[in-house]
Amino acid sequence: MRIDLEPRQGRSRLIEITAPIIAVMAAMLIGGALVAALGKSPVQAFFVYFVNPLMESWSLQELAVKASPLVLIAVGLCFCFRANLWNIGAEGQFIMGGAMGGWIALLTQGGAGQGTFGSFWILPAMLIVGALAGMAYALIPALLRVWLGVSEILTSLMLVYIAQLFLDYMVRGPWRDPKGFNFPVSANFDAEATLPLLFDGGRLHAGVVIALVIAIVAAVVFSKSLFGYEVRLVGAAPRAARFAGFDDKKLTLTVFAISGALAGLAGICEVSGQIGQLQPSISPGYGFTAIIVAFLGRLSPIGIVLAGLVLALTYIGGESAQVLMKLPFFLTGAFQGILLMCVLAADVFTRYRIVAHFGKAA
Amino acid sequence: MNPQIIELVLITIVTAATPLVIAGVGELVVERAGVLNLGVEGMMIVGAAIGFAAAFLTGSALIGALAAILAGMVMAALFGFLAIGLAANQVASGLALTILGLGTAGLAGAGFVGQKRESVANLYIPGLTDLPFVGKLVFGQDPFVYFGVALVAAVAWFLNRTRAGLSLRAVGENHSSAHALGMRVRRVRFLAVLFGGACAGLAGGYLSLVYTPFWSPGMTAGRGWIALALVVFASWRPWRVYAGALLFGGATVLQLHAQAASIGLPGQLLSALPYLATILALVVLSLRDRRGSVAPGSLGTPFVPDR
Repeated sequence: MRIDLEPRQGRSRLIEITAPIIAVMAAMLIGGALVAALGKSPVQAFFVYFVNPLMESWSLQELAVKASPLVLIAVGLCFCFRANLWNIGAEGQFIMGGAMGGWIALLTQGGAGQGTFGSFWILPAMLIVGALAGMAYALIPALLRVWLGVSEILTSLMLVYIAQLFLDYMVRGPWRDPKGFNFPVSANFDAEATLPLLFDGGRLHAGVVIALVIAIVAAVVFSKSLFGYEVRLVGAAPRAARFAGFDDKKLTLTVFAISGALAGLAGICEVSGQIGQLQPSISPGYGFTAIIVAFLGRLSPIGIVLAGLVLALTYIGGESAQVLMKLPFFLTGAFQGILLMCVLAADVFTRYRIVAHFGKAA
Repeated sequence: MNPQIIELVLITIVTAATPLVIAGVGELVVERAGVLNLGVEGMMIVGAAIGFAAAFLTGSALIGALAAILAGMVMAALFGFLAIGLAANQVASGLALTILGLGTAGLAGAGFVGQKRESVANLYIPGLTDLPFVGKLVFGQDPFVYFGVALVAAVAWFLNRTRAGLSLRAVGENHSSAHALGMRVRRVRFLAVLFGGACAGLAGGYLSLVYTPFWSPGMTAGRGWIALALVVFASWRPWRVYAGALLFGGATVLQLHAQAASIGLPGQLLSALPYLATILALVVLSLRDRRGSVAPGSLGTPFVPDR
């Protein structure tokens, strides 16, 4: 017997929607087996990971707060991935966005440099600088690819390590809080440099709204604009796109600029809305997890919002599983890897029919 | 500088280069078969964790190394199933493998953090090893160093001098033509991926058995990615991988010595050197190879046989 893949004729809407759901369920089964292998109850783990966080208001808010950076980054990545370009350094762009945006907050600390303008401009300036920093950082691999043909995969990834070391240096050196007892953290941001909460006493901050709005805008750009069509065409049929006169160099730079800017924006929203200061590490790997989010969301902005919530759930569930069940921290990472593999495998069924041939093949 | 210090520096460069050589030459074979496996980092770190665990439990470095190889192959088989069996996107599958590997290694190694074991003994040939200057460098390294050299030689011979190597290159250059000639494209690729996994696993094992010799999460520190860059840098030729690895080994050692000597540059800048060097190397290479890419023709393209 041999098994073959046969391309499907038309694409079925039903299969497109069910494939990610099946992938998540398959990943849960494998994850459950892993938990059992660690000698813990998979049923309890399932509840701790995927049910309990949905039961209380504070954890639901936490879910949205954790999902928003993932959604912002993944929406940017889906422009790149759709065009068959591989920006895998979003983690670095996130860090640069957070660092440079946060720098504005430190510069304006305690009313410094505000003059007669007041302080209303500080937050917008932070967000813009953060997005621009992420964009500039993403343009390094993009320009190297366009000018010299250097693989964007490797350069964008190498830049992640460099960004981490840059932030580490800055918060231990020039940006360290002089009154901070030598801890490697910056001063706490002023209220003027902190993203406002949506309602008092809650966890939701303005970054959640920003992520949601960006996702909706991106969905419209994707399906309704010529640019969205161009991105999809270049990815699906590069030769046809060239004949149609689309400039693939310009497109490369544009999609990298978009994804870098969104990753940078996510970085500064996280720093300003969630952390409130700069510290050596500002991301639990959001830039890499967002890659999973992008694929689980089938590279569409609306799908990404749902997928972002699923992956945010694994972070929150993972934290409580560490406390409640003494499950190791790395289980979350392993589960995320399993999930991406299941998503990719399930994706095959949307494109191909699996056919088994019995007897000798012709 | 006195010759003894130079010898010492050269020895550390060779040991720093060895994991890059082993992982890099494995990935070279994979890419020559037309498959881009970005999961080297993941396979390496699993090899490091499992290799250390096995060696610690059995007390045998050889069993540790074999376990590391096996672990790398299991990981590679997962990738092969996705990227070759199901023709999934290779970039995404490789990233998935790296994410999975970092998590799995953390799980597998959890009980071994902080444990120590003896490093593998270096070669000692009376007379030869005692030679001045070259003695320790040529005749006094650990077994992995010699294995790395032998591996590169074997791969160079296999690719350029054997019929099977020719088939593998054909599959990588143009999978449709190879398929039309009756070659088993998917089988060749799967075997190449397994070989790459074995090499990456062993390279990880080298880190935890010899180089550091303990296990800590994240200990590969991007070496898998540097190995991937090395393959590009080497224009997909085995001996150039060795030369490139020595350069990167040099950058790593330079950084360590500079940190120890505290020459006034921030430590983070020195730690960033290997990554900066990788980007720089890729840029320099692209300037040299302006005439056109020498990458295997089918690299990264999924293959679905038609009939």
